[in-house]
Amino acid sequence: MIAQLWVAENIAFGIIAIMMVVAAIRVVTTRNIVHAALYLVLVLAGVAALYILLAAEFVAITQVLVYIGAIVVLFLFGIMLTRAPMGDMHDSDNEQRIVGAVISAVLLGVMGYTLWKAFGHKQFQDLTVQTTQQVSNSIFSTYLIPFEVVSVVLLAALIGAIVLARRD
Amino acid sequence: MLLNQFLLLGAILFCAGVYGVLARRNGVMVLMSVELILNAVNINLVAFGAYLHNPSGQVFALFVIAIAAAEVGVGLALVLMLYRNRQSIDVDDVDLMKG
Repeated sequence: MIAQLWVAENIAFGIIAIMMVVAAIRVVTTRNIVHAALYLVLVLAGVAALYILLAAEFVAITQVLVYIGAIVVLFLFGIMLTRAPMGDMHDSDNEQRIVGAVISAVLLGVMGYTLWKAFGHKQFQDLTVQTTQQVSNSIFSTYLIPFEVVSVVLLAALIGAIVLARRD
Repeated sequence: MLLNQFLLLGAILFCAGVYGVLARRNGVMVLMSVELILNAVNINLVAFGAYLHNPSGQVFALFVIAIAAAEVGVGLALVLMLYRNRQSIDVDDVDLMKG
């Protein structure tokens, strides 16, 4: 069987990947906290686009709803309520900046080398869409108990957040 | 498409997140870096699920998204409490237990 070339998919992946890498680096280097939140939106949208590229429709929609719709808004509320300086902060990074950069570069090198060794040239054979029906069948049969546990965790987090954040 | 494209992109996002957690002072910015790390993991899960034709990858990605939502809620509540008690959300200033 001749391997598929995936030309269109590769071009789309390249564009999305470049956008995401630039935006992710800006999230952790920009001095303006509101800009960091907006770059985070770009990364999250890129992740949703990758899910669509991988034919994972339900996760892509959930990504947009939960991350871009809810979590980013929570971040903006957090920025607003803590009255963070809106303009450029000159002390946004601490003195561990160099050490942190070295550590993450070493980590990237090790992980990249390992991934390359382990999965070298493994190609996607064919991307069949895993429908929402299949995903929900899997959730409500194989992963039923973890699903219920996750709902309890969400309830606990809700109550915990209210207890922590209320004034008394 | 190579499987490694997605895994390496995930690795880059993960390392950017690690740098952010280590180097940022602002508590909200640290939480944003944690989100980057969680998204890197999710990319890997969905890529492996698509590669193996198994819906489990997507199911675990959904679980991670749910846990991330809970984490951000509690984390921002903590940052808010920190701000209320100390009028600052610099995580480097929280060193009361430092010997």
